[in-house]
Amino acid sequence: MYLLRAIQKGADGVYVVGCLEGTCHYNEGNFRASERVKHVQMLLEEVGLEGDRVRMYNLSSGEGPTFAAYAKEMTEHIRKLGPNRLNK
Amino acid sequence: MIVAKRKPFEEIKEMLKGYKKVLNVGCGTCVAVCLAGGEKEVDVLNIELDMAGKLDENPIELGAMTIERQCDREYLEALDPLVDDYDAILSMACGAGIQFLAERYPHKPIFPAVDTTFIGVNQGVGWYEERCRSCGSCVLGLTGGICPVTMCAKGLYNGPCGGTNKGSCEIDKDQPCAWYLIYERLSRQGRLDNILKFSPATDWQNQIPRTLIQPGYKKSEEV
Repeated sequence: MYLLRAIQKGADGVYVVGCLEGTCHYNEGNFRASERVKHVQMLLEEVGLEGDRVRMYNLSSGEGPTFAAYAKEMTEHIRKLGPNRLNK
Repeated sequence: MIVAKRKPFEEIKEMLKGYKKVLNVGCGTCVAVCLAGGEKEVDVLNIELDMAGKLDENPIELGAMTIERQCDREYLEALDPLVDDYDAILSMACGAGIQFLAERYPHKPIFPAVDTTFIGVNQGVGWYEERCRSCGSCVLGLTGGICPVTMCAKGLYNGPCGGTNKGSCEIDKDQPCAWYLIYERLSRQGRLDNILKFSPATDWQNQIPRTLIQPGYKKSEEV
C-alpha cells in the first residue's frame, strides 16, 4: 500500500530493507514483506510501470556500509530505468 | 466466511472503459477478512486504476467508501448521498453484496471487482480453503464433521464411488477421498454405524434463489 502510494505520488523507486533471513524479531516478518514487495512489483507491471522500481534488500542493523552500498545500487538501478512516467 | 478473489486488473479496467467518475465500494465483512475487498483492497485498486488512467492519458476520478456490509440495507444507506455523483459503481463485495447494491441503485451501472469463490476457513494469513457448498441439507452430524458435498469431487452423500484409491480420490492422488476421511473419523469416534444411515439426495435441479426467515423474525402481517 505505502509502496504503491509512493510510486503513485511520483517516486522513481522505493526499496524496502528487512532483517537478514532467519533473524527477524517477528520470525517471518521479513519473508512476508518480501512477498508483499513481489506482489507490488506484479501490480506495477499490471498498470504498465516497471515492477523493478520496487525492490527488497536484507541486512542487519550493524551493516551500515552494506546499507550504503544497497542505496548506491538502487540509485544506479533507478537511474538506468529513468524517471517515473507518472511524473510527465 | 465467504471468500473472494480480486478480478484481474485488465478485466476491471475493461469494464470501466468509458466511465470518468467511479465510486469503488468495499465491504467490511467477509471480503475484508479474506483480504479481497475491504478498505485496504479498495485503496490498492484505486491507486492502480489511477496510475493506469494517467499512463493511458485517460484519467478516471475515483471515490472510495467501505461500508460494514453490502448485503445489509442498514449499511447501504450510507451510500445514498454519494451515488449520484458518480457515473458507475465498482463493488468489491461478494456476489450477494453486489446484487444488493445494484438493486438499491437500479439506474446506476454496477461492476464487480472480485470473483466470489467459496465459503471457507482461514488456514493462515491469506490462505483459505473451501469447506461448505451451502447445499441446504447439512449431513455433518452423520459424517463426523466432514462435508461430503464439498470434499468429495462428486459430492456423494452415501459413501465413496468406485474411484476411491487407498485414501485418495481418483481425480488426484493428493486429493483425499472424502468418504475415506469420514470412515476414519467415525471409526476413531466409535460411530461407524452412522455411515450406514441413508441421506436422500439433494434436489439440485430447478433451484431458485432461497429465502430464509429465522423463527421468531416473521413480521406480524406475514404470520
